[in-house]
Amino acid sequence: MPDTLPSFSLIDQNRGPHSFPDGRPALLCFVKEDCPTCGMTMPLIEAASQAFRGEVDVVAIGQDVAGNARLIERHKLTVPMLDDSELKSSYAYHVEIVPTIILADGGGVELRRFEGFGRSDWKNVLTEAAHLTGGPEPQIDWGAYPESRPGCGSKSVEPGVAERLAAEASGSRLRARQIELGAGEDPIEFMFERGLTDGLPVVPPTLERVMRMLAGTRRDPQEVIATVPPNLAPLTIEKVAVNAVMAGCRPEYLPVVLAVLEAVCTDEFNIHGVMATTAGATPVIVVNGPIRHRLGMNMTIGALGSGNRANATIGRAVKLALRNVGGARPGEIERTALGGPGKYTACYPEWEERSPWEPLHVERGFRREESVVTVFGLEPGPRLIVDQLSRTAHALAGSLGMALESCWHPKLHGYGEVLLVISPEHADTIKRDGWTKAQVRNRIQEASARPIRELLADANAGEGMALKQFGLNNPSAEQLEQRVPKFRKPENINIIVAGGEAGKFSSAFGGWFSGPMGSISVSRKIEEVTNL
Amino acid sequence: MTQTIRIVDPTDERVPLSRTLAPRPQHLSGVVALLDIVKPRGDVLLDRIEQRLAERVPGLALKRYRKPTFAKPAPDELRRRIAAESDFVIEALAD
Repeated sequence: MPDTLPSFSLIDQNRGPHSFPDGRPALLCFVKEDCPTCGMTMPLIEAASQAFRGEVDVVAIGQDVAGNARLIERHKLTVPMLDDSELKSSYAYHVEIVPTIILADGGGVELRRFEGFGRSDWKNVLTEAAHLTGGPEPQIDWGAYPESRPGCGSKSVEPGVAERLAAEASGSRLRARQIELGAGEDPIEFMFERGLTDGLPVVPPTLERVMRMLAGTRRDPQEVIATVPPNLAPLTIEKVAVNAVMAGCRPEYLPVVLAVLEAVCTDEFNIHGVMATTAGATPVIVVNGPIRHRLGMNMTIGALGSGNRANATIGRAVKLALRNVGGARPGEIERTALGGPGKYTACYPEWEERSPWEPLHVERGFRREESVVTVFGLEPGPRLIVDQLSRTAHALAGSLGMALESCWHPKLHGYGEVLLVISPEHADTIKRDGWTKAQVRNRIQEASARPIRELLADANAGEGMALKQFGLNNPSAEQLEQRVPKFRKPENINIIVAGGEAGKFSSAFGGWFSGPMGSISVSRKIEEVTNL
Repeated sequence: MTQTIRIVDPTDERVPLSRTLAPRPQHLSGVVALLDIVKPRGDVLLDRIEQRLAERVPGLALKRYRKPTFAKPAPDELRRRIAAESDFVIEALAD
């Protein structure tokens, strides 16, 4: 059975309703006023209307109210001019060029369609229409018409309009509630007033923008990718897209944002604890693989901020989704005493090509050509480590170890994960001695190790460790001299390379409460979407 | 013509239910749960509360509970157990 055309019900210039199909054959003529080919075609449409009156429903379907009125006046039209200024029928009929002329039978089945102007097309369509009615064809002076003329772009395919129409059409991929703002209401101020932002302005998530964002993934917008604490709310790809628009993402960033949200909403990562802790932690995101280049991420000068759209907005989209869908708002379930700049966004690519070592994702079992995100629950901001004088790997890794001892508190050892971002100049110093990452980690552990005696809380520094944490009760002097490394395991020292070519500095993100009782870092492969 | 703007709701769209507190009894009796979230010195506080309650309300049953970690919400099983076994809960938060 042939497909029938979409039905419609539109109003003509005399406020008269016209429904399609209505049992009679119909000649549907999509036009817009500022198209010269449409203007040239109007007398033909009028002639057809008069010739087939009562037998074939000839209608012009115009794309804007004022333009329709001008066409009627200019061409003295009696043909019904239907108002499709909302462009819903133009969209539903896949009209890309005007004029588009469609002949349909009484059941609404398309018999013939052409675009622009073609003398033979018109002759054929009028002949076929006459054949359907058994009556005569209209008399046309064909000599007054050119053989053919191209049409113009339909209003329904203008930039921005197509996405809006797709969002509004029945069968739209959007399901989220839509909020209509009053005329004159500033959407950016509206988002602030509703508590939907992180304190910075957001891009208003209009239907068009959300539809464009969703083109960044092949996944179904209604797929639930996670249950987000603390509200345990279902997180759909559509909701992620809305928040990604607000953050300022481009559609091609969306698969990264999705992978991060899937990674953080796992039991291992424990996003509830990371967001709720008074200590102040945040998901710190490392991006590896070819997607870094495809998205134009910055891994060189200023890699840890600011100035790059992908770096900045991917991390921000994650935080906005956690806030708006998960309900992690400062002062409510997000209860950090102080917070930090990383609470806005913390997303960084590794400069794999500049590193003497395997990139982070390869260390974690992925292939180099795969694009991967790794999330860590860490301090919301990097701390700078200065070492401009070390000329050997031994000395430099020792410096790094001493600096890392201050994470949390110098007296707190047996510490969890840390992310060490080594700059190119520091990487070169280590590379010259041919050190592996394992050697760097071991040296950090060695340089940061302290005797138990120095780690105990005392009157000079009330924070510290208790003897029972070392399984000791009445320790001997010798036992108190036993050295304890800073980190529980060398593997807890995560190392990546990034930063500008000049500058003997590295940076580190101290950990939160790492491990099975707190947060464990999670890696996830990013969906590959090409040919966007 | 002034264009209106339509935006898509970025929230989970759920309306939170307001829950009322359980009625406050006039007298302390039955079982009191003392929940330690295992932050430093929470046990010190709970030891003291346990001691004072035992002195002031003879016959009151006091039961100690511990979360596995303060960094995660209490497991459902623990919450169910506390609800089933006790009439009151005192939770020692931290530090």
